[in-house]
Amino acid sequence: MQPTSHSFPENARAGLADPVLQQALGLARTGFPQRRLEAIARLPEFEALREEGRAIKDHVLAHLDFYLELYERNVTASGGHVHWARTAEEARAAVLDICRAANARIVTKGKSMVAEEIALNDHLEQNGITPVETDLGEYIIQLRHEPPSHIIAPAIHLMKEQVADAFRGAHTELDPARPLADPRALCDEARTVLRPRFLSADVGITGANFLVAETGSSIIVTNEGNGDLTQILPRVHIVVTGIEKIVPTLEDAATLLRLLARSATGQEFSSYTTISTGPRRAGDLDGPEEYHVVLVDNGRSALLGGEFQDMLRCLRCAACLNHCPVYAAVGGHAYGWVYPGPMGAVLTPALVGVGEASHLPNASTFCGRCESVCPVKIPLPKMMRHWREREFAWKLTPPVYRSGLKLWAWVAQRPPLYHALAGIAARVLGWAGVYRGRFRSLPLASGWTAVRDMPAPQGRSFQSLWAEHQRRAGKAR
Amino acid sequence: MPEPARVALLVTCLVDLFRPSVGFAAVKLLELAGCTVEVPAQTCCGQPAYNSGDKADAKAIARQVIAAFSGYDYVVAPSGSCAGMVEVHYPELFADEPETLAKAQELASRTYELVAFLVDMRGMAAVSAQWPRKVTYHDACSGLRELGVKQQPRKLLVSVDGLQLTEVPGAEVCCGFGGTFCIKYPEISDKMVTDKAADIAATGADAVLAGDLGCLLNIAGKLSRRGSNVEVRHVAEVLAGMTDDAPPIGLPTR
Repeated sequence: MQPTSHSFPENARAGLADPVLQQALGLARTGFPQRRLEAIARLPEFEALREEGRAIKDHVLAHLDFYLELYERNVTASGGHVHWARTAEEARAAVLDICRAANARIVTKGKSMVAEEIALNDHLEQNGITPVETDLGEYIIQLRHEPPSHIIAPAIHLMKEQVADAFRGAHTELDPARPLADPRALCDEARTVLRPRFLSADVGITGANFLVAETGSSIIVTNEGNGDLTQILPRVHIVVTGIEKIVPTLEDAATLLRLLARSATGQEFSSYTTISTGPRRAGDLDGPEEYHVVLVDNGRSALLGGEFQDMLRCLRCAACLNHCPVYAAVGGHAYGWVYPGPMGAVLTPALVGVGEASHLPNASTFCGRCESVCPVKIPLPKMMRHWREREFAWKLTPPVYRSGLKLWAWVAQRPPLYHALAGIAARVLGWAGVYRGRFRSLPLASGWTAVRDMPAPQGRSFQSLWAEHQRRAGKAR
Repeated sequence: MPEPARVALLVTCLVDLFRPSVGFAAVKLLELAGCTVEVPAQTCCGQPAYNSGDKADAKAIARQVIAAFSGYDYVVAPSGSCAGMVEVHYPELFADEPETLAKAQELASRTYELVAFLVDMRGMAAVSAQWPRKVTYHDACSGLRELGVKQQPRKLLVSVDGLQLTEVPGAEVCCGFGGTFCIKYPEISDKMVTDKAADIAATGADAVLAGDLGCLLNIAGKLSRRGSNVEVRHVAEVLAGMTDDAPPIGLPTR
């Protein structure tokens, strides 16, 4: 998808003015954090687990080449195939080649953010293959021809009325008078429509939450079971995922799984956790005939060894989105690409370029709530600041803002001048505000006073009053 | 009471310009806690530059602060945000300059947010102030998440005569100030502070307190724009019993 991250302010304004989005976000704002809090309260060792999770991912990132090669050997040994993709284009081509070799017409898909990242659906459609999203949220946004607005709840920007509209628009073979008012009916309808697709699909594509090096396995978690039907029923299973998803052992995966669902949805564990190792073996009751893994780099390896390496620990749990007050205000589409919220504010500039995504790392108050809930302790505010440092160094910061900042910094490094100016400002503003205590509008501060009053200063700077106070105290002695 | 100590007040640029009464309240509280207070000449801790990616200016201003505040037993700020800048971010800023890093770490090791300092370092367990109000406390982000300021202000507030403390839902959620954020993204900031003001108003509290003037200016500005009568004050003014010395934030002096 073409990023619109450069239009973040306009996108955000649209989000703020969208009553459906605001209603939907209002429900999510308290729901996710509360459920997470309750889940971790039931697990006293949660903090220790976070440390363990961070250590596992850091270890992998320090030895990524070793674990990737070990993983590839074990996938091959179990009868599967690994395809290395340096770019989104190579990844799309690899998937298409596999689909063509399988004479695929219909492809079912489990939820995969990497598939969104490489714009896989568009590519398949352009080549005559019909992708069918099977995660309920993804299915809804596929019908609506829009990108996900959240990395684990792709249709979180919608209420059930919009879902009903999307279903009525797409499922024209069903009785137009059927009731679709409650979520149960919507679920049943999606099931009815998707079931024959599962059975007729030639290829199933999933992402992976973890890749296990010691066994060559891929692991997915879902709450709908759609992932299992996607990867078990078709003849061919393709896993499309990022190179950073690797973990050394099944034990390591288990540790991270204990963090993942609690951080994401506040569940102890997702409803389905499925481990796939290679294609169907002789004597297996089910499973695909072919098992492929497309390992996508697409800018990830460039983050190794630099100030953004910690971002590669990300489990894609969405805790940072769920706790971000900016995300909660504007919704995920405002971020203009695949990854929204704090993790998107760090990742998007790395993947689509900081010129395109320059707003995202700036659209944060550095409140730090994201870092405080991250299951692998990614210092998200710090990395957003690193992007701001690059923007400043590369002169991407808006010129007006930049010169204002420079002027302020120049004055702040000259204390006598600073004190004189602060004294004048305090007196002038304080005098003007003395009878009302606040300003309803102020030139040069209209960004502030457009939406809130500006409390007036008390009239003197602290340092000048303190100097007087000291002089008086000196005389008194 | 612990040993007498010589404390430098990092008054913060916002208190210096907008609300000297917070500085004097901090001085009074520190003196009650057995400290001698001095105020070295100062401008700002450098956060606007640091958070805008202007590392060179942030470093220059940080060097100035490191020099101005050397030699004191402690450095105390009536702000979690500015104390956090010195405690957490100065050492990060000089990570690749060993000589200045040592000085930054030394300064960081003796710098504290005011109320955390009073409770954790000076053992203050109660104050002798009086303020008959139903009060709610907003946890400003940096103090809360960078410095762990959470229980200390509540511990002292419940000792204030007549004060009834009530919790606001989302006390730990950002108010939307964020320094330059509120100017760069005014609509988003507005949404955040609108929600915050509504949450505060819904508690039925007479007053909202916090430990950071930036957040307080933002919250006060929104509450008054909404026509709310909720009083907004820095927690130090209440703890020092100096609420008669200045009207609430945003109200006229006469």
